[in-house]
Amino acid sequence: MTVSLFVQSLINGLNQGAIYALIALGYTMVYGIIRMINFAHGDFIMIGSYTLFYTVPIMINIGMPAWLAVIIAVAVCMTVGVLVETIAYKPVRKAGSMSALITALAMSIFLENLAMVLFGAKPHNVAKIFALPTINVMGVVLPLNVLLTIAIGVGIMILMQVFIKKTKMGKAMRAVPQDKDAAILAGINVNRIITLTFAIGSGLAAVAALMYCAKYPRVTNDMGSMMGIKAFIAAVLGGIGIIPGAMLGGILVGLIEIFVKLFAPGWYEAITYSILIVILLVKPSGILGKNLGEKV
Amino acid sequence: MLEIKDLNVSYGAVHAIHGVSLKVNDGEIVSLIGANGAGKTTILRTISGLEKADSGTITFDGTDLRKTEPSKIISLKLAHVPEGRHIFPEMTVEENLEMGAYADPADMDENMKDVYDRFPRLLERRRQLAGTLSGGEQQMLAVGRALMAKPKMILMDEPSMGLSPLLVKEIFSIIKEVNKKGITILLVEQNAKMALSISDRAYVLETGKISIEGPAQELMNDERVKKAYLGQ
Repeated sequence: MTVSLFVQSLINGLNQGAIYALIALGYTMVYGIIRMINFAHGDFIMIGSYTLFYTVPIMINIGMPAWLAVIIAVAVCMTVGVLVETIAYKPVRKAGSMSALITALAMSIFLENLAMVLFGAKPHNVAKIFALPTINVMGVVLPLNVLLTIAIGVGIMILMQVFIKKTKMGKAMRAVPQDKDAAILAGINVNRIITLTFAIGSGLAAVAALMYCAKYPRVTNDMGSMMGIKAFIAAVLGGIGIIPGAMLGGILVGLIEIFVKLFAPGWYEAITYSILIVILLVKPSGILGKNLGEKV
Repeated sequence: MLEIKDLNVSYGAVHAIHGVSLKVNDGEIVSLIGANGAGKTTILRTISGLEKADSGTITFDGTDLRKTEPSKIISLKLAHVPEGRHIFPEMTVEENLEMGAYADPADMDENMKDVYDRFPRLLERRRQLAGTLSGGEQQMLAVGRALMAKPKMILMDEPSMGLSPLLVKEIFSIIKEVNKKGITILLVEQNAKMALSISDRAYVLETGKISIEGPAQELMNDERVKKAYLGQ
Protein backbone atom coordinates (compact mmCIF):
# COMPACT_ATOMS: atom_id res chain seq x y z
CA MET A 1 0.00 0.00 0.00
CA THR A 2 1.33 3.44 -0.85
CA VAL A 3 1.61 6.13 1.79
CA SER A 4 -0.88 8.22 -0.10
CA LEU A 5 -3.52 5.49 -0.11
CA PHE A 6 -2.91 4.78 3.55
CA VAL A 7 -3.31 8.41 4.58
CA GLN A 8 -6.44 8.79 2.48
CA SER A 9 -7.96 5.67 3.97
CA LEU A 10 -7.03 6.86 7.44
CA ILE A 11 -8.85 10.13 6.79
CA ASN A 12 -11.87 8.35 5.35
CA GLY A 13 -11.89 5.98 8.31
CA LEU A 14 -11.74 8.86 10.77
CA ASN A 15 -14.56 10.59 8.90
CA GLN A 16 -16.74 7.50 9.00
CA GLY A 17 -15.67 6.86 12.60
CA ALA A 18 -16.55 10.38 13.73
CA ILE A 19 -20.08 9.88 12.34
CA TYR A 20 -20.46 6.55 14.12
CA ALA A 21 -19.04 8.05 17.30
CA LEU A 22 -21.62 10.84 17.39
CA ILE A 23 -24.46 8.35 16.90
CA ALA A 24 -22.92 5.96 19.42
CA LEU A 25 -22.87 8.81 21.96
CA GLY A 26 -26.66 8.98 21.75
CA TYR A 27 -27.00 5.25 22.37
CA THR A 28 -24.55 5.27 25.21
CA MET A 29 -25.91 8.32 27.01
CA VAL A 30 -29.44 6.93 27.02
CA TYR A 31 -28.22 3.49 28.06
CA GLY A 32 -26.05 5.07 30.75
CA ILE A 33 -29.00 6.79 32.36
CA ILE A 34 -31.93 4.38 32.00
CA ARG A 35 -30.28 1.11 30.91
CA MET A 36 -32.30 1.06 27.72
CA ILE A 37 -31.10 0.42 24.16
CA ASN A 38 -32.94 3.02 22.13
CA PHE A 39 -33.17 1.17 18.82
CA ALA A 40 -34.99 4.09 17.25
CA HIS A 41 -31.92 6.27 17.73
CA GLY A 42 -30.46 5.54 14.27
CA ASP A 43 -33.60 6.92 12.68
CA PHE A 44 -32.74 10.36 14.00
CA ILE A 45 -30.01 10.46 11.34
CA MET A 46 -32.82 10.11 8.83
CA ILE A 47 -34.91 12.82 10.50
CA GLY A 48 -31.88 15.10 10.58
CA SER A 49 -31.05 14.34 6.94
CA TYR A 50 -34.58 15.09 5.67
CA THR A 51 -34.48 18.34 7.62
CA LEU A 52 -31.19 19.18 5.90
CA PHE A 53 -32.67 18.26 2.54
CA TYR A 54 -35.35 20.91 3.01
CA THR A 55 -33.35 23.57 4.86
CA VAL A 56 -29.98 23.58 3.04
CA PRO A 57 -31.53 25.13 -0.11
CA ILE A 58 -33.26 27.75 2.04
CA MET A 59 -29.94 28.68 3.65
CA ILE A 60 -28.29 28.94 0.24
CA ASN A 61 -31.18 31.06 -1.10
CA ILE A 62 -30.95 33.59 1.70
CA GLY A 63 -27.18 33.76 1.25
CA MET A 64 -26.20 32.00 4.47
CA PRO A 65 -23.60 29.22 4.71
CA ALA A 66 -25.36 25.91 3.93
CA TRP A 67 -24.10 24.16 7.06
CA LEU A 68 -26.06 26.56 9.29
CA ALA A 69 -29.05 24.37 8.38
CA VAL A 70 -27.71 21.98 11.01
CA ILE A 71 -29.08 24.29 13.70
CA ILE A 72 -32.60 23.67 12.42
CA ALA A 73 -31.86 19.93 12.09
CA VAL A 74 -30.64 19.81 15.71
CA ALA A 75 -33.79 21.61 16.87
CA VAL A 76 -36.07 19.25 14.89
CA CYS A 77 -34.28 16.11 16.11
CA MET A 78 -34.30 17.30 19.73
CA THR A 79 -38.01 18.04 19.55
CA VAL A 80 -38.84 14.66 18.02
CA GLY A 81 -36.50 12.94 20.51
CA VAL A 82 -38.23 14.54 23.47
CA LEU A 83 -41.66 13.73 22.02
CA VAL A 84 -40.72 10.08 21.46
CA GLU A 85 -39.38 9.81 25.00
CA THR A 86 -42.42 11.46 26.56
CA ILE A 87 -45.10 9.74 24.51
CA ALA A 88 -43.66 6.26 23.96
CA TYR A 89 -40.85 5.50 26.40
CA LYS A 90 -41.85 7.18 29.65
CA PRO A 91 -45.12 5.24 30.03
CA VAL A 92 -43.30 1.87 29.78
CA ARG A 93 -40.28 2.81 31.88
CA LYS A 94 -41.48 0.89 34.92
CA ALA A 95 -42.53 -2.16 32.88
CA GLY A 96 -39.03 -3.58 32.54
CA SER A 97 -36.24 -3.53 29.99
CA MET A 98 -37.87 -5.98 27.56
CA SER A 99 -40.94 -3.75 27.14
CA ALA A 100 -38.70 -0.74 26.63
CA LEU A 101 -36.67 -2.56 23.99
CA ILE A 102 -39.76 -3.66 22.07
CA THR A 103 -41.21 -0.15 22.28
CA ALA A 104 -37.97 1.24 20.84
CA LEU A 105 -38.02 -1.26 17.95
CA ALA A 106 -41.63 -0.38 17.25
CA MET A 107 -40.77 3.32 17.33
CA SER A 108 -38.01 2.71 14.78
CA ILE A 109 -40.42 0.97 12.40
CA PHE A 110 -42.98 3.71 12.97
CA LEU A 111 -40.54 6.55 12.22
CA GLU A 112 -39.23 4.88 9.06
CA ASN A 113 -42.72 4.30 7.73
CA LEU A 114 -43.92 7.73 8.72
CA ALA A 115 -41.02 9.15 6.70
CA MET A 116 -42.03 7.03 3.73
CA VAL A 117 -45.58 8.37 3.92
CA LEU A 118 -44.38 11.96 4.27
CA PHE A 119 -41.48 11.98 1.80
CA GLY A 120 -42.02 8.94 -0.43
CA ALA A 121 -39.74 5.98 -0.99
CA LYS A 122 -37.64 7.74 -3.62
CA PRO A 123 -34.16 8.86 -2.44
CA HIS A 124 -33.68 12.61 -1.99
CA ASN A 125 -30.38 14.34 -2.73
CA VAL A 126 -29.19 17.00 -0.32
CA ALA A 127 -27.59 20.04 -1.94
CA LYS A 128 -23.86 20.53 -1.45
CA ILE A 129 -23.16 21.48 2.14
CA PHE A 130 -19.45 22.30 2.14
CA ALA A 131 -17.91 23.81 -0.97
CA LEU A 132 -14.30 23.32 0.02
CA PRO A 133 -11.52 22.42 -2.43
CA THR A 134 -9.36 19.34 -2.41
CA ILE A 135 -5.71 20.03 -1.77
CA ASN A 136 -2.65 18.00 -2.59
CA VAL A 137 0.04 17.72 0.07
CA MET A 138 3.11 15.80 -1.03
CA GLY A 139 1.18 13.48 -3.27
CA VAL A 140 -1.62 12.89 -0.74
CA VAL A 141 -5.05 14.08 -1.82
CA LEU A 142 -6.84 15.79 1.07
CA PRO A 143 -10.49 16.76 0.61
CA LEU A 144 -10.86 19.70 2.98
CA ASN A 145 -14.56 19.09 3.57
CA VAL A 146 -13.73 15.65 4.97
CA LEU A 147 -11.11 17.15 7.27
CA LEU A 148 -13.63 19.74 8.38
CA THR A 149 -16.15 16.98 9.11
CA ILE A 150 -13.61 15.18 11.29
CA ALA A 151 -12.82 18.45 13.07
CA ILE A 152 -16.53 19.05 13.79
CA GLY A 153 -16.88 15.52 15.14
CA VAL A 154 -13.86 15.79 17.39
CA GLY A 155 -14.89 19.25 18.53
CA ILE A 156 -18.36 18.05 19.53
CA MET A 157 -16.91 15.07 21.38
CA ILE A 158 -14.60 17.34 23.38
CA LEU A 159 -17.53 19.66 24.07
CA MET A 160 -19.64 16.71 25.31
CA GLN A 161 -16.85 15.55 27.57
CA VAL A 162 -16.52 19.04 29.08
CA PHE A 163 -20.31 19.28 29.47
CA ILE A 164 -20.51 15.94 31.29
CA LYS A 165 -17.48 16.56 33.49
CA LYS A 166 -17.81 20.22 34.38
CA THR A 167 -21.36 21.53 34.16
CA LYS A 168 -24.05 21.16 36.79
CA MET A 169 -26.42 19.45 34.33
CA GLY A 170 -23.66 17.13 33.16
CA LYS A 171 -22.86 16.15 36.72
CA ALA A 172 -26.53 15.48 37.38
CA MET A 173 -26.58 13.24 34.30
CA ARG A 174 -23.72 11.23 35.77
CA ALA A 175 -25.24 11.17 39.25
CA VAL A 176 -28.66 9.76 38.27
CA PRO A 177 -27.47 6.33 37.03
CA GLN A 178 -25.00 5.98 39.91
CA ASP A 179 -27.65 6.34 42.57
CA LYS A 180 -31.17 7.36 41.67
CA ASP A 181 -32.41 7.77 45.25
CA ALA A 182 -29.44 9.90 46.25
CA ALA A 183 -30.00 11.99 43.12
CA ILE A 184 -33.62 12.65 44.11
CA LEU A 185 -32.59 13.48 47.67
CA ALA A 186 -30.07 15.98 46.29
CA GLY A 187 -32.93 17.71 44.46
CA ILE A 188 -32.33 16.36 40.95
CA ASN A 189 -35.52 15.99 38.93
CA VAL A 190 -34.72 12.59 37.45
CA ASN A 191 -37.40 12.72 34.76
CA ARG A 192 -36.14 16.05 33.54
CA ILE A 193 -32.56 14.73 33.35
CA ILE A 194 -33.74 11.71 31.33
CA THR A 195 -35.59 14.00 28.91
CA LEU A 196 -32.49 16.18 28.61
CA THR A 197 -30.41 13.09 27.80
CA PHE A 198 -32.77 12.16 24.96
CA ALA A 199 -32.67 15.73 23.67
CA ILE A 200 -28.87 15.81 23.61
CA GLY A 201 -28.58 12.35 22.04
CA SER A 202 -31.05 13.28 19.29
CA GLY A 203 -29.28 16.60 18.70
CA LEU A 204 -25.98 14.78 18.24
CA ALA A 205 -27.65 12.53 15.67
CA ALA A 206 -28.57 15.68 13.72
CA VAL A 207 -24.92 16.73 13.68
CA ALA A 208 -23.99 13.21 12.53
CA ALA A 209 -26.59 13.65 9.76
CA LEU A 210 -24.82 16.81 8.62
CA MET A 211 -21.48 15.01 8.54
CA TYR A 212 -23.00 12.08 6.67
CA CYS A 213 -24.85 14.20 4.13
CA ALA A 214 -21.73 16.24 3.46
CA LYS A 215 -20.17 13.04 2.14
CA TYR A 216 -23.08 10.92 0.93
CA PRO A 217 -25.93 13.31 0.11
CA ARG A 218 -28.52 10.56 -0.49
CA VAL A 219 -31.44 10.52 1.95
CA THR A 220 -33.85 7.59 2.27
CA ASN A 221 -36.39 6.67 4.90
CA ASP A 222 -34.43 3.62 6.06
CA MET A 223 -30.93 5.13 5.98
CA GLY A 224 -30.79 5.31 9.76
CA SER A 225 -31.36 1.69 10.61
CA MET A 226 -28.10 0.33 9.19
CA MET A 227 -26.06 3.21 10.55
CA GLY A 228 -27.84 2.91 13.86
CA ILE A 229 -26.87 -0.73 14.19
CA LYS A 230 -23.25 -0.01 13.34
CA ALA A 231 -23.13 2.83 15.83
CA PHE A 232 -24.68 0.51 18.39
CA ILE A 233 -21.86 -1.96 17.71
CA ALA A 234 -19.43 0.93 18.21
CA ALA A 235 -21.04 1.79 21.55
CA VAL A 236 -20.82 -1.83 22.73
CA LEU A 237 -17.24 -2.12 21.49
CA GLY A 238 -16.14 0.93 23.49
CA GLY A 239 -18.23 -0.01 26.51
CA ILE A 240 -21.89 0.94 26.49
CA GLY A 241 -22.81 3.62 29.00
CA ILE A 242 -19.29 5.07 28.87
CA ILE A 243 -18.95 8.32 26.93
CA PRO A 244 -15.27 8.09 25.93
CA GLY A 245 -16.04 4.45 25.03
CA ALA A 246 -18.58 5.56 22.42
CA MET A 247 -16.03 7.85 20.85
CA LEU A 248 -13.32 5.20 20.82
CA GLY A 249 -15.68 2.51 19.55
CA GLY A 250 -17.02 4.78 16.81
CA ILE A 251 -13.58 5.72 15.53
CA LEU A 252 -12.44 2.07 15.63
CA VAL A 253 -15.47 0.75 13.74
CA GLY A 254 -15.03 3.50 11.12
CA LEU A 255 -11.35 2.72 10.63
CA ILE A 256 -11.90 -1.04 10.53
CA GLU A 257 -14.64 -0.63 7.93
CA ILE A 258 -12.62 1.55 5.60
CA PHE A 259 -9.49 -0.58 5.84
CA VAL A 260 -11.37 -3.84 5.33
CA LYS A 261 -13.07 -2.24 2.32
CA LEU A 262 -9.63 -1.54 0.92
CA PHE A 263 -8.51 -5.16 1.02
CA ALA A 264 -11.74 -7.13 0.81
CA PRO A 265 -14.55 -4.83 -0.35
CA GLY A 266 -17.24 -7.49 -0.15
CA TRP A 267 -16.46 -8.33 3.46
CA TYR A 268 -16.62 -5.06 5.32
CA GLU A 269 -20.15 -5.41 6.67
CA ALA A 270 -19.58 -9.01 7.72
CA ILE A 271 -16.46 -7.92 9.58
CA THR A 272 -18.27 -5.03 11.29
CA TYR A 273 -21.00 -7.33 12.58
CA SER A 274 -18.44 -9.92 13.68
CA ILE A 275 -16.94 -7.25 15.94
CA LEU A 276 -20.16 -7.37 17.96
CA ILE A 277 -20.02 -11.14 18.31
CA VAL A 278 -16.34 -11.13 19.23
CA ILE A 279 -16.69 -8.36 21.80
CA LEU A 280 -19.71 -10.05 23.38
CA LEU A 281 -17.71 -13.28 23.66
CA VAL A 282 -14.43 -11.80 24.82
CA LYS A 283 -15.30 -8.70 26.85
CA PRO A 284 -19.03 -7.98 26.99
CA SER A 285 -18.46 -4.80 28.99
CA GLY A 286 -16.46 -3.30 26.10
CA ILE A 287 -12.92 -1.99 25.79
CA LEU A 288 -13.26 0.70 28.45
CA GLY A 289 -15.89 -1.12 30.49
CA LYS A 290 -15.42 -2.66 33.89
CA ASN A 291 -16.90 -6.08 34.46
CA LEU A 292 -19.82 -5.26 36.71
CA GLY A 293 -22.22 -8.10 36.03
CA GLU A 294 -25.25 -7.30 33.86
CA LYS A 295 -24.40 -5.52 30.64
CA VAL A 296 -25.85 -5.60 27.13
CA MET B 1 -40.97 21.24 62.85
CA LEU B 2 -41.82 17.78 61.50
CA GLU B 3 -45.10 16.13 62.31
CA ILE B 4 -46.34 12.76 61.14
CA LYS B 5 -49.94 11.77 61.82
CA ASP B 6 -51.44 8.33 61.42
CA LEU B 7 -49.08 7.24 58.65
CA ASN B 8 -49.71 3.99 56.78
CA VAL B 9 -47.31 2.61 54.18
CA SER B 10 -47.43 -0.67 52.25
CA TYR B 11 -45.14 -2.47 49.85
CA GLY B 12 -47.61 -4.18 47.56
CA ALA B 13 -49.72 -6.39 49.82
CA VAL B 14 -47.38 -6.01 52.81
CA HIS B 15 -48.60 -3.40 55.25
CA ALA B 16 -45.29 -2.08 56.61
CA ILE B 17 -46.23 0.99 58.69
CA HIS B 18 -49.40 0.98 60.80
CA GLY B 19 -50.76 4.34 61.88
CA VAL B 20 -47.50 5.87 63.05
CA SER B 21 -47.59 9.37 64.53
CA LEU B 22 -44.52 11.22 65.66
CA LYS B 23 -43.27 14.73 66.13
CA VAL B 24 -39.89 16.39 66.05
CA ASN B 25 -39.60 19.86 67.56
CA ASP B 26 -37.24 22.59 66.45
CA GLY B 27 -33.68 21.97 67.65
CA GLU B 28 -34.26 18.46 68.99
CA ILE B 29 -32.49 15.20 68.35
CA VAL B 30 -35.18 12.55 68.22
CA SER B 31 -34.33 8.92 67.64
CA LEU B 32 -36.38 6.14 66.23
CA ILE B 33 -35.10 2.81 67.48
CA GLY B 34 -36.23 -0.71 66.81
CA ALA B 35 -35.19 -4.07 65.46
CA ASN B 36 -34.25 -4.86 61.91
CA GLY B 37 -37.32 -4.74 59.67
CA ALA B 38 -39.45 -2.75 62.10
CA GLY B 39 -40.00 -0.08 59.46
CA LYS B 40 -37.63 2.67 60.59
CA THR B 41 -36.06 3.17 57.18
CA THR B 42 -39.47 3.05 55.50
CA ILE B 43 -40.64 5.95 57.65
CA LEU B 44 -37.65 8.09 56.66
CA ARG B 45 -38.00 7.15 52.99
CA THR B 46 -41.68 8.06 53.09
CA ILE B 47 -40.91 11.45 54.63
CA SER B 48 -38.53 12.13 51.73
CA GLY B 49 -41.03 10.95 49.15
CA LEU B 50 -38.99 7.91 48.06
CA GLU B 51 -41.90 5.70 49.17
CA LYS B 52 -45.57 6.58 48.76
CA ALA B 53 -47.81 6.57 51.80
CA ASP B 54 -51.27 5.00 51.73
CA SER B 55 -52.72 7.48 54.20
CA GLY B 56 -51.79 9.93 56.92
CA THR B 57 -50.11 13.32 56.90
CA ILE B 58 -46.48 14.40 56.93
CA THR B 59 -45.96 18.09 57.57
CA PHE B 60 -42.61 19.86 57.57
CA ASP B 61 -42.59 23.54 58.53
CA GLY B 62 -46.22 23.80 57.46
CA THR B 63 -45.68 22.12 54.07
CA ASP B 64 -47.52 18.90 53.24
CA LEU B 65 -44.69 16.61 52.13
CA ARG B 66 -47.03 14.04 50.62
CA LYS B 67 -48.05 16.66 48.08
CA THR B 68 -44.47 17.78 47.43
CA GLU B 69 -42.44 16.55 44.47
CA PRO B 70 -39.66 14.37 46.07
CA SER B 71 -36.85 16.27 44.35
CA LYS B 72 -38.22 19.56 45.75
CA ILE B 73 -38.07 18.46 49.40
CA ILE B 74 -34.38 19.37 49.78
CA SER B 75 -35.31 22.95 48.85
CA LEU B 76 -37.49 23.05 51.97
CA LYS B 77 -34.18 22.52 53.83
CA LEU B 78 -34.96 18.98 54.87
CA ALA B 79 -31.98 16.72 54.08
CA HIS B 80 -31.74 12.94 54.25
CA VAL B 81 -28.60 10.87 54.85
CA PRO B 82 -29.79 7.49 53.62
CA GLU B 83 -29.01 4.08 55.00
CA GLY B 84 -25.88 2.67 53.38
CA ARG B 85 -24.59 6.21 52.63
CA HIS B 86 -25.64 6.31 48.95
CA ILE B 87 -22.75 8.47 47.87
CA PHE B 88 -22.06 8.72 44.13
CA PRO B 89 -19.24 6.17 43.85
CA GLU B 90 -17.91 7.21 40.43
CA MET B 91 -17.72 10.88 41.29
CA THR B 92 -14.98 12.58 43.25
CA VAL B 93 -15.45 13.60 46.87
CA GLU B 94 -15.72 17.22 45.80
CA GLU B 95 -18.29 16.44 43.09
CA ASN B 96 -20.36 14.58 45.68
CA LEU B 97 -20.34 17.67 47.86
CA GLU B 98 -21.30 19.81 44.86
CA MET B 99 -24.29 17.54 44.27
CA GLY B 100 -25.33 18.30 47.86
CA ALA B 101 -25.62 21.96 46.85
CA TYR B 102 -27.47 21.13 43.61
CA ALA B 103 -30.77 22.61 44.75
CA ASP B 104 -29.24 25.75 46.25
CA PRO B 105 -25.74 26.49 44.97
CA ALA B 106 -25.71 30.10 46.20
CA ASP B 107 -23.08 29.84 48.96
CA MET B 108 -21.53 26.61 47.74
CA ASP B 109 -17.87 27.56 48.16
CA GLU B 110 -18.40 28.84 51.67
CA ASN B 111 -20.37 25.75 52.68
CA MET B 112 -17.75 23.49 51.18
CA LYS B 113 -15.10 25.23 53.25
CA ASP B 114 -17.19 24.60 56.37
CA VAL B 115 -17.60 20.94 55.48
CA TYR B 116 -13.87 20.58 54.85
CA ASP B 117 -13.14 22.29 58.16
CA ARG B 118 -15.37 19.81 59.92
CA PHE B 119 -14.05 16.81 57.98
CA PRO B 120 -10.38 17.40 57.13
CA ARG B 121 -10.17 13.88 55.74
CA LEU B 122 -12.55 14.85 52.95
CA LEU B 123 -10.31 17.79 52.03
CA GLU B 124 -7.32 15.44 51.78
CA ARG B 125 -9.30 13.18 49.48
CA ARG B 126 -11.28 15.72 47.53
CA ARG B 127 -10.01 14.55 44.13
CA GLN B 128 -10.45 10.86 44.93
CA LEU B 129 -13.43 8.83 43.65
CA ALA B 130 -15.93 8.49 46.48
CA GLY B 131 -16.27 4.74 45.89
CA THR B 132 -12.66 4.26 46.94
CA LEU B 133 -13.18 5.82 50.40
CA SER B 134 -13.39 3.71 53.55
CA GLY B 135 -16.79 3.15 55.17
CA GLY B 136 -16.21 5.83 57.79
CA GLU B 137 -15.06 8.35 55.22
CA GLN B 138 -18.09 7.58 53.04
CA GLN B 139 -20.37 8.19 56.02
CA MET B 140 -18.66 11.52 56.64
CA LEU B 141 -19.06 12.35 52.96
CA ALA B 142 -22.77 11.50 53.15
CA VAL B 143 -23.18 13.80 56.17
CA GLY B 144 -21.05 16.47 54.50
CA ARG B 145 -23.16 16.27 51.36
CA ALA B 146 -26.33 16.77 53.40
CA LEU B 147 -24.78 19.79 55.15
CA MET B 148 -24.01 21.34 51.74
CA ALA B 149 -27.75 21.94 51.35
CA LYS B 150 -27.79 24.17 54.47
CA PRO B 151 -30.60 22.08 55.99
CA LYS B 152 -32.80 23.04 58.92
CA MET B 153 -33.34 19.38 59.63
CA ILE B 154 -31.54 16.14 58.71
CA LEU B 155 -33.02 12.65 58.61
CA MET B 156 -30.20 10.24 59.45
CA ASP B 157 -30.55 6.58 58.70
CA GLU B 158 -28.22 4.16 60.51
CA PRO B 159 -25.15 6.40 60.47
CA SER B 160 -23.22 3.90 62.61
CA MET B 161 -23.87 0.91 60.40
CA GLY B 162 -20.75 -1.07 59.55
CA LEU B 163 -18.39 1.27 61.39
CA SER B 164 -15.76 0.41 64.00
CA PRO B 165 -16.62 1.36 67.62
CA LEU B 166 -14.18 4.25 67.46
CA LEU B 167 -15.79 5.64 64.31
CA VAL B 168 -19.27 5.12 65.78
CA LYS B 169 -18.29 7.41 68.64
CA GLU B 170 -16.91 9.96 66.21
CA ILE B 171 -20.06 9.90 64.06
CA PHE B 172 -22.28 10.40 67.11
CA SER B 173 -20.20 13.30 68.34
CA ILE B 174 -20.49 14.83 64.86
CA ILE B 175 -24.28 14.44 64.99
CA LYS B 176 -24.31 16.24 68.35
CA GLU B 177 -22.13 19.02 67.01
CA VAL B 178 -24.32 19.45 63.94
CA ASN B 179 -27.34 19.67 66.24
CA LYS B 180 -25.65 22.31 68.39
CA LYS B 181 -25.38 24.48 65.26
CA GLY B 182 -29.18 24.53 65.25
CA ILE B 183 -29.97 21.64 62.91
CA THR B 184 -32.83 19.43 64.04
CA ILE B 185 -32.21 15.69 63.74
CA LEU B 186 -34.39 12.63 63.33
CA LEU B 187 -32.10 9.66 63.86
CA VAL B 188 -32.83 6.07 62.98
CA GLU B 189 -30.53 3.61 64.72
CA GLN B 190 -30.11 0.00 65.65
CA ASN B 191 -27.44 1.05 68.10
CA ALA B 192 -30.08 2.10 70.63
CA LYS B 193 -27.65 2.81 73.43
CA MET B 194 -25.65 5.36 71.48
CA ALA B 195 -28.76 6.87 69.93
CA LEU B 196 -30.51 7.36 73.27
CA SER B 197 -27.36 8.84 74.82
CA ILE B 198 -27.41 11.82 72.44
CA SER B 199 -31.17 12.20 71.95
CA ASP B 200 -33.73 14.43 73.60
CA ARG B 201 -36.63 12.11 72.92
CA ALA B 202 -37.13 8.72 71.29
CA TYR B 203 -39.72 6.42 69.77
CA VAL B 204 -39.53 2.63 69.74
CA LEU B 205 -40.91 1.04 66.59
CA GLU B 206 -42.06 -2.58 66.61
CA THR B 207 -43.37 -4.24 63.43
CA GLY B 208 -44.57 -0.98 61.97
CA LYS B 209 -46.16 0.46 65.15
CA ILE B 210 -44.86 2.86 67.79
CA SER B 211 -44.78 0.84 71.02
CA ILE B 212 -43.02 3.17 73.45
CA GLU B 213 -42.22 6.85 73.34
CA GLY B 214 -40.78 9.43 75.70
CA PRO B 215 -37.73 11.38 76.78
CA ALA B 216 -34.53 9.49 75.90
CA GLN B 217 -33.42 9.45 79.55
CA GLU B 218 -36.67 7.75 80.57
CA LEU B 219 -36.43 5.16 77.81
CA MET B 220 -32.90 4.30 78.85
CA ASN B 221 -34.30 3.24 82.22
CA ASP B 222 -37.41 1.55 80.86
CA GLU B 223 -37.30 -2.17 81.63
CA ARG B 224 -38.77 -3.18 78.27
CA VAL B 225 -36.29 -1.05 76.33
CA LYS B 226 -33.42 -2.28 78.47
CA LYS B 227 -34.34 -5.86 77.85
CA ALA B 228 -35.09 -5.68 74.14
CA TYR B 229 -32.69 -3.05 72.82
CA LEU B 230 -29.96 -2.29 75.33
CA GLY B 231 -28.98 -5.88 76.08
CA GLN B 232 -29.27 -5.48 79.82
